[in-house]
Amino acid sequence: MQNTATNAVEAESIVKTYPGGVKALDGLSVTVRPGEVFGLLGPNGAGKSTTIKILTTLVRPDSGTASIAGHDVLSRPDRVRRVIGVVSQRSGADPMASGRDNLVLQAHLYGMRGAQVERRVSELLDRFDLGDAAGRQVRTYSGGMQRRLDVALGLVHRPRVLFLDEPTTGLDPEARAAMWEEIARLAGDDSLAILLTTHYLDEADRLARRLAIVDGGRVVAEGTPEGLKAELRGDAVHLELREAPDERRVRSLVEALPGVREIVFDGRRLSARADDGAAAVPIALAALDQAGVPVAAVTVARPSLDDVYLRHAGRRFAHTDEPVTAGAGGAR
Amino acid sequence: MSALFVHTWWMTHRRLKALMRNPGLVVMTLVQPAIWLFLFGGLFRKVAELPGFGAASYADYLVPGVVVMSAVSSNMWAGMGVIDEIERGTLNRFLVSPVRRSAILNAGVIEQAVSTAVQSLVIVFLGRLAGASYPGGVLGVVVLIVASILLGAIFSALSSTMGLLVRQRETIIGLSVFLLLPLTFLSSAFMAEDLMPDWIRNIAAFNPLNWSLDTGRGALADVPDWQAVAVHGGWLLGLAALMILLSTLSFRSYQKSI
Repeated sequence: MQNTATNAVEAESIVKTYPGGVKALDGLSVTVRPGEVFGLLGPNGAGKSTTIKILTTLVRPDSGTASIAGHDVLSRPDRVRRVIGVVSQRSGADPMASGRDNLVLQAHLYGMRGAQVERRVSELLDRFDLGDAAGRQVRTYSGGMQRRLDVALGLVHRPRVLFLDEPTTGLDPEARAAMWEEIARLAGDDSLAILLTTHYLDEADRLARRLAIVDGGRVVAEGTPEGLKAELRGDAVHLELREAPDERRVRSLVEALPGVREIVFDGRRLSARADDGAAAVPIALAALDQAGVPVAAVTVARPSLDDVYLRHAGRRFAHTDEPVTAGAGGAR
Repeated sequence: MSALFVHTWWMTHRRLKALMRNPGLVVMTLVQPAIWLFLFGGLFRKVAELPGFGAASYADYLVPGVVVMSAVSSNMWAGMGVIDEIERGTLNRFLVSPVRRSAILNAGVIEQAVSTAVQSLVIVFLGRLAGASYPGGVLGVVVLIVASILLGAIFSALSSTMGLLVRQRETIIGLSVFLLLPLTFLSSAFMAEDLMPDWIRNIAAFNPLNWSLDTGRGALADVPDWQAVAVHGGWLLGLAALMILLSTLSFRSYQKSI
């Protein structure tokens, strides 16, 4: 019997080196609490997929410990496999078999029998809107349908922890939005914890209750999306001037304003960071107006995960002319 | 134990269902054997009249040759399926489930055995149409089919091993191109052993394809040579076991390389 306080995932100081000396994981630690959606965010090659492979018993780490719902990954992989559902980057569904056949096989591999299988499979086909296509070979499915089937396959045996490895990579925007909705729906189930990897900032921001930023095989920052952004302390303020400014003069003007820093010019664009963006804007506009510098447009953005990522991954803005572009996830 | 049985059943069920969904493919694989039986067999019909050939008709002689050659040819592609399953992520999907590892391997061996048996049986019927007779009767045919299954197991294990270790389709194609015809011609598939050049006969003694021919023909003869069946069948069985062990080990090595 598991007590409800057992963490869904507990990984401690995991190291994994692949032949050839590639250090995929360099002391990665991560904890996923019961019932929460946890995001592993990082660029390709950061170690996200290796982490998933180790936690799902596919790969043994060189050192470190990990447990899933209280079962040790190294000593009891058989128990771990019963409580996890895995949706990997590559589909894994058999394209020559029908959607229903794939689900029926999966159910039998997890020890279900007879009427129980029928009931569960129909339930999942309905829920993932695959009822009409159930008898068709999976190779005829659209990308979004295949992905829904993959998630259904991962849920057949009602796992305690669901691993979603880059669930929306390669999907068109519509299918991606649908997948987001589905993940949000799964998040509502308190008995299911979800570990999600992604290299999309907006995806992590939107879906994960907590997240860890992975870089170079270790976690460089961890917290709620809001918390991580709040740590940056400061909003991004962008002003677009009507004409090319006298940079030195405008800079000294803006610098003199309280709580404004990190001023960067790019042509007619001026970007700065302010403790309180909403308060800084009217003051800045008034000061510029008084000095005869007309402003065409102004935007204020809360710090985005993009900012957080760049800060913790220890890399600078490569292009100051492309400030915060994290789309939907960037604002608010 | 019962979990192993249930898992093996379901994993096999999956593979056989895929096989049955593709009857066109099965027909395609019979085109080559039909050509060998009807065209090649027709063209070289008079070979059987050579002094010392020792068979009633060339069709009688040729059927076991085509059966074992086809067993090698179709099983050489097993590695392609392995590569597909790896690339698609299907194999990993099974590996993160509670399915017994040995059930995955068993299913491969059973599917191979079933499909080789069906293919061999069809060729035996085609041979009948081509005018062959089987003096050894049903028992002789059964022995021939078992020999072709064992031979097929050797090459499907070899091909799967290559698939697991090298994971390149070119290697599998190369294997098939480089091995099939030499193995066939360095055996008694088309020509009686007594009429072969010495050097070919010497090589043929070590050729598993030839062992399966000796096994099958031994059992199909008027007066079956059970000693030859036992000896060559034993070698086949031993090598098949060894190759399956090798592919099991390469499966472990794949798991380490994920």
